[in-house]
Amino acid sequence: MSAVTVQTGVLRVLRVVVIVALVVATVVPFVYMLSLSFVRIDDLLREPLRVLPALDRITTETYREVLASEEDGGYGFARFMRNSAIVAVSASALTVALVVPASYALTRLRFAGRSQISWLFLAVYLFPTIIIAVPVFVGFQVLGLGSSLVGLVIAYVALTVPVSVHMLRNYLAGIPESIDEAAVIDGASRFQILTRITVPLAMPTIMSTALFSFMIAWNEFLFALLFLSAKQDLWTVSLGLTRLADGQEVSKTVLMAGSVLLTVPIVILYGVAERALTEGLTAGADKG
Amino acid sequence: MASKLRRHENRDGITLVLPVVLVVAAIIVVPIVWTVVLSFQDARYVDVARNGLFNELTLDNYADVLTAPAFWQALLTTVEYSVATTVGSIGVGLVAALAFRDKFRFRAPLRAVMLLPYVAPVVATTFVWQVALNPQYGVVNAFGTQVLGWEHPVNFLASAPTALLTVIAYDIWRYFPFAFMFLGAALTGLSREIEEAAVVDGATPLQKFWFVVLPQLLPTVALLVLFRMVMAFNEFDDVYLLTGGAAGTQVASVRVFEQLTGSSDIGGASATAAVMAVFLGVALAIYLRLTAKQREAR
Repeated sequence: MSAVTVQTGVLRVLRVVVIVALVVATVVPFVYMLSLSFVRIDDLLREPLRVLPALDRITTETYREVLASEEDGGYGFARFMRNSAIVAVSASALTVALVVPASYALTRLRFAGRSQISWLFLAVYLFPTIIIAVPVFVGFQVLGLGSSLVGLVIAYVALTVPVSVHMLRNYLAGIPESIDEAAVIDGASRFQILTRITVPLAMPTIMSTALFSFMIAWNEFLFALLFLSAKQDLWTVSLGLTRLADGQEVSKTVLMAGSVLLTVPIVILYGVAERALTEGLTAGADKG
Repeated sequence: MASKLRRHENRDGITLVLPVVLVVAAIIVVPIVWTVVLSFQDARYVDVARNGLFNELTLDNYADVLTAPAFWQALLTTVEYSVATTVGSIGVGLVAALAFRDKFRFRAPLRAVMLLPYVAPVVATTFVWQVALNPQYGVVNAFGTQVLGWEHPVNFLASAPTALLTVIAYDIWRYFPFAFMFLGAALTGLSREIEEAAVVDGATPLQKFWFVVLPQLLPTVALLVLFRMVMAFNEFDDVYLLTGGAAGTQVASVRVFEQLTGSSDIGGASATAAVMAVFLGVALAIYLRLTAKQREAR
């Protein structure tokens, strides 16, 4: 047999093995999460190896307990989810409102300081978030925004803006400038071009930018920890889950239900917009 | 007509960009500058609250940082962790991208599923890993002791070499989709003609990969290495959530966090962060210098 046939044969088998192994490694932790969220804690302690509960032992009590407010003997995840939703929706809306005009200007207009801005946004990533978080926290305390959702939203906008500008700018650079020029000849102003031409054309990418910043804000943990630790009624889902997991008193399967509630909105959004999101993030990667 | 638009170009451009720049400046640039200033001051929270930025300047923090064995240990841990997760996640991502290159049934949905570790909330996935690895009720230890015949459950996240290895494994799991996504896009962009020519000339599949496909992917790989190294070097969430920095996993940003919250030593924490940023900056400069030749060659 020639080297070509041997290698082709081996690689064909190896490819199937790799695909199966990767899919299993990716999916199993999520299956484990979902499954344990329906298990009673004493069943888990008795039989940790039994990942899928027996049908007659399945419980939804975990979800009731984790969602109910403290007064009803629960852990208040319904409120955490509402907080997270408020923060993530506002952060994402504000990010889009800021990023669309900025990316338009960066791709279409020549102005003083244009090239420095790209460097500024890159340099931001050289520093760990933790070192940004502390001065921001102290500054916000002085302004009275320290322990509030408003402060958190502002911080999240700043965190997502650099990447969002990058995504949208790549896309806008691909729209021919001649469209803008045609509109100018028809007497359109800069503002009209932006709102009537650029925004509709870039709508898919704008949506994926919005989704991306929603996800970052929904998943974020460190800022929430520094800003809101002391204020339990303002906790986001991520913060609530870590705080409750630190103690011993809350059962792990109830917290597993909390993890599912934290993950499901992201998975749904991602399912809706997977293609737009990956294309937006990897824009330009194929050009090297 | 177009010149009418050109006339206000500078003014309009600055107006449209200004809000973004202000937000980034206020929330990111000012804090970084503030950090640098604080690193030259012997400041605790009370001093900062009372005097703001105007405390006495000193080099003590830097002297303390550079003479503390724990700092060098944290630096070493950070480097080990960053290199291992970068190489691991890009390696696995590359293998995945190659395996998913040719069409097969369910390719699109499976590819979407493979990105889940990257998009899912880090708090949820670290919690699942913690539970799965727990010595009392975790499925991994139950499987190990009951099926594989381990004598004792392994306390993966609380004892020395396994804690760091587990954190690295978790991060490879979490970040390989990122490399997979980028390398997949790069593979789609390659022209198949050169490869077909190589096959006609009798190249084996491995030769084809090594001499034709891989060289064309190198620019993307180089970019990913840069991204991943910077992100891993500054990583906080994953390590803090999995181990809290215990059992030999104290990376630099966790050390900064502990200096801030544990001993509320703002000056020391700022100096640690500044030294780390300098290290990262130097490493990046060397890396860009080394890869500059290749970039020019293209």
